[in-house]
Amino acid sequence: MYPRSFEYVSPGSLDEATSILASTDGAKVLAGGMSLLPIMKLRLFSPDVLVDIGRIPGLSSIQDQGDHVGVGALVRHADTASDPLIAEHAAALATAASWTGDVQVRNQGTTCGSIAHADIAADQPAAALALGATMVAASANGTREIAASDFFVDTLTTALEPGEILTEIRLPKQGGGSAYEKLGRRGGHTDYAVAGASAWVDLADGAVCCGRVALTGVGPMPTLAEGVMESLIGTDGSDAAVAAASDRALEGVTVLEDLFGTVEYKSHLAKVMTRRALQQAIAAAM
Amino acid sequence: MGGGFGVSTTSVLGGVVKRREDPALIRGTGLYVDDLQLPGMLHAAFVRSPYAHASIESIDASEALAMEGVRAVYTAADVEHLGDLVTQVAVGKLRPLLAGNQVNHVGEAVAMVVADSRYGARDGADAVDVDYEPLDPVIDLKEAASDAALVHEDMASNVLLAWEGGPWGDEEGIAGTKETIAAAKEREDTVTVSMEMVNQRLLPMPMEPRAVVADWNQGYGRFTVHSSTQIPHALAGGIAGTFGLSLTDVRCIAPEVGGGFGCKLNVYNDEILVCFASQQLGSPVKFTETRRDAAGSTIHGRGWVATATVTGTRDGKVLGYELDGIADMGAYSQNFTVAIPFLGLFVGAGQYSFPTYWRMACVHTHTMTTDAYRGAGRPEAAYYLERAIDAFAREIGVDPSEVRRKNYIPASEFPGAATHIGFPMDTGDYENNLDALLETVGYENLKAERDQMRADGRLVGLGLATYVEVCGFGPSALVDLGFSWAAYKIPSGFNGSGLVRIQADGTASVIIGTGPSGQGHQTTWAQIVSQQLGIPVENIRVTHGDTAESPLGIGTFGSRSAAVDGSATYEAANKVAAKAAKLAAHLLEASSEDIVFADGGAHVAGSPDQTVSWSDIATLAYQPHRLPEGMEGGLEAHAVFSPGNATWPFGSHLALVEVDGDTGDVKLLRYVAMDDCGNVINPMIVDGQIHGGLAQGIGQAMFEDGDYESDGNLLKWSFVEYPLPTSADLPSFELHRTVTPTDINPLGVKGIGEAGTIGSAQTVVNAVVDALAPLGVTHVDMPLRPKRVWEAIQAAQTNGSVS
Repeated sequence: MYPRSFEYVSPGSLDEATSILASTDGAKVLAGGMSLLPIMKLRLFSPDVLVDIGRIPGLSSIQDQGDHVGVGALVRHADTASDPLIAEHAAALATAASWTGDVQVRNQGTTCGSIAHADIAADQPAAALALGATMVAASANGTREIAASDFFVDTLTTALEPGEILTEIRLPKQGGGSAYEKLGRRGGHTDYAVAGASAWVDLADGAVCCGRVALTGVGPMPTLAEGVMESLIGTDGSDAAVAAASDRALEGVTVLEDLFGTVEYKSHLAKVMTRRALQQAIAAAM
Repeated sequence: MGGGFGVSTTSVLGGVVKRREDPALIRGTGLYVDDLQLPGMLHAAFVRSPYAHASIESIDASEALAMEGVRAVYTAADVEHLGDLVTQVAVGKLRPLLAGNQVNHVGEAVAMVVADSRYGARDGADAVDVDYEPLDPVIDLKEAASDAALVHEDMASNVLLAWEGGPWGDEEGIAGTKETIAAAKEREDTVTVSMEMVNQRLLPMPMEPRAVVADWNQGYGRFTVHSSTQIPHALAGGIAGTFGLSLTDVRCIAPEVGGGFGCKLNVYNDEILVCFASQQLGSPVKFTETRRDAAGSTIHGRGWVATATVTGTRDGKVLGYELDGIADMGAYSQNFTVAIPFLGLFVGAGQYSFPTYWRMACVHTHTMTTDAYRGAGRPEAAYYLERAIDAFAREIGVDPSEVRRKNYIPASEFPGAATHIGFPMDTGDYENNLDALLETVGYENLKAERDQMRADGRLVGLGLATYVEVCGFGPSALVDLGFSWAAYKIPSGFNGSGLVRIQADGTASVIIGTGPSGQGHQTTWAQIVSQQLGIPVENIRVTHGDTAESPLGIGTFGSRSAAVDGSATYEAANKVAAKAAKLAAHLLEASSEDIVFADGGAHVAGSPDQTVSWSDIATLAYQPHRLPEGMEGGLEAHAVFSPGNATWPFGSHLALVEVDGDTGDVKLLRYVAMDDCGNVINPMIVDGQIHGGLAQGIGQAMFEDGDYESDGNLLKWSFVEYPLPTSADLPSFELHRTVTPTDINPLGVKGIGEAGTIGSAQTVVNAVVDALAPLGVTHVDMPLRPKRVWEAIQAAQTNGSVS
């Protein structure tokens, strides 16, 4: 568990960080380090340079920014889990953050780091997808926004370009209700998700008018389950309607087996978690 | 009953004294091996096999040796003269220090790289180029037992031996037992229930991995070795034997040890190899396991597959129990390896009196060695027995508590009761213990509550299991059964020792040869000595784990330290008390028979106003010219204690679980333990031991799985793949006690280190099977991870969905 040799730099500003990233081959951004350092210690990944953004001011807050809530790059899971703005506008993310890792990990790891790392069984990427978050990426060329639905590209791969730092995720103040459900590897909500689902739903005139469902732990990356919402929109959101819609959770998803679940089991769980997340989100929206 | 947490500083046995170890551990000032930094210290890393079975065609270390900071690369050829790894029970293939022309499990050490830094050592190890020619591995236990392919080509069979009883070693008796059980099966009024069950392989994974620093001083001709070990004296002897030195030439120190659970009850090849490297290079050499090293190269536990069969009448009287199976030894035998199922044989029939035929074959496979892991053979034996008893009870429709009660060895048979193999037991009252549990939980009401929850559509189950264990080893006479530590230059069996020294200022040093890894000896031993001498606990310091200081001890394992070394220390304290009484009598001008010790000093019985302090007594002891004629100066005593038997603790456990039928998720709602470990020295420490033991048994039941893939790969290199239970996964345990003291040691204590583990896995599985019984599930193999439980539900269901 000893990483290969690497250089470490600790820039004092975002500009300095992006300029180092722009001019350095094999550089990797370090925030909380809860995913990056273990894979470096296992020598599965060996960057030449670590750019520690931990001392850059202005990245540690959760802020009300009018039509959305901004979560900075250095906001810890524990802060996301307990913040009143997140609880009000993005309950699914609060729940997902509260079930990420253990206490030590939640105090050190960052929400943006978890999303940028995009582990196939992580909690918060699914919540960000369901909530329709927008990712803000900064580089030496300026900043750009990436919709969550465009962000997760493949296993451990996002739309972030080399040289870009995920500086913020923006959660729209969109009303409705959201929820996250998972079955963890040790049962209950502990550990990585064997399967997890996050849902955001809004109702109008007693009917489901809009929403999103996203899965984690099941396929190669966190994925929107678009067929589910196609079925659910326009219904009354009853348990029967939710159950019928949840049966479409796996449309377009390649289910992968791992030590903790067969394809059959994960496929079943994805539907159960979708159903449970939707039921909670609808209850919260009412 | 119960373990309160009201804290007092009184010294009386049975009182709660806060663990004196903890301030250093909590503040981070305790010294662990990896904290040690010696001048000029080098670091070792190992090149390990990625194959379960392969021939080594060549090893090219030239690139590694050319790297800056790499001092040496050693392979088998460099250390062949040192022989195989030292082993107590030398049955089967012994482990070479480094693999020669063949590797026999993933993780086997092929070469050792020594460098200036641990990073450099790792880089060097990665640069060693080993050319392997992969061979087919033997992994499956039944395949191994069939000898279809041999694990070691120079051995005639993969099967090393089989432990068999009936009466142990008595062929006629065994045949008679088999006949008796066969006859019972023939009877028309009997029912036979049989189940094949896996008791899966587990990885011990102590919080602190193993670590060792060896320092050879050429001038003194002496090794000083710090190691995270449970057996410092055996390690010293193992090193001395390997290098042709005397016991005085090797000093081993086990500083703080962050958990052991049996996996530090071996001498390991890395401990020998860093000694070798230190001698070769003239510098201290450190090796600290990574978690990956620990997962693949430190001993594993369990790994049994066996069929348990119960035959009995419909009223619950069991007429025969049979266990027939295979135990995985791994590729090489280490310290106890083949003896682990033997420990299971001791308690193969548990606390029951029915005829029992028990056979476990020990086989080599291309996997890491198995050896003692918390409980060591006894959790496996208890698991099979108590699962089978439960299945029998369910089959005949009799409450599982009744079936157990009907078949217990009655309390009236003690003293004089013996196990199914004819080994005598000390004390026991199983029915009283079971009754205490059932009364405490309100068993009938609890069953009614379960039934109500079931009626509400919930999958709720109650599980019961009872156990007897054998521990507190023990008798010096085990030497005559073949269990000596002679390979470690220790001729004795399992006897213990203690040394009590009154210092010149009247404080007391207690020096013991144990090797604790969290058991609280510094507290418990102070209580024992305080009780006998009236010296306050805070004026007693207990040291252990340094072979240069302490009398010979075997180490800490098998729930033995309090019963054996604790009793020795008790006797040493009594020797000190006898001499101190004479000294106090001299000072008080009284007769020594009238002296009593209390409140930090001594007085004449009935005259507590006139006292002499321990300081006064010590001053006299160290001024020989003032002593009465004929008395020697100094005030210390050493005692060796060899009990006449092991101890036999027992208990009854109950679990309440709920299963989520949609996901297979098991929730442990309640866990209640009624243990009987004889007298209790410190209730808080005993409760702590039970807490940890339960967590490990429940970990096996619900989470942990150290089994290899069919190609011999071990996909459990970290806690991502090998989930350990955490406090967040467990309920608040409800702990209770009955007290049946042993008569084989003066303290009346039996041992509690392993009881929680021995009693708990089957309790949880019985509860889950009870929860799923309405669906027709009769068995689920551990670990009861959601996937496996869900699959069992799916398999049992013929129609409809549970939810």
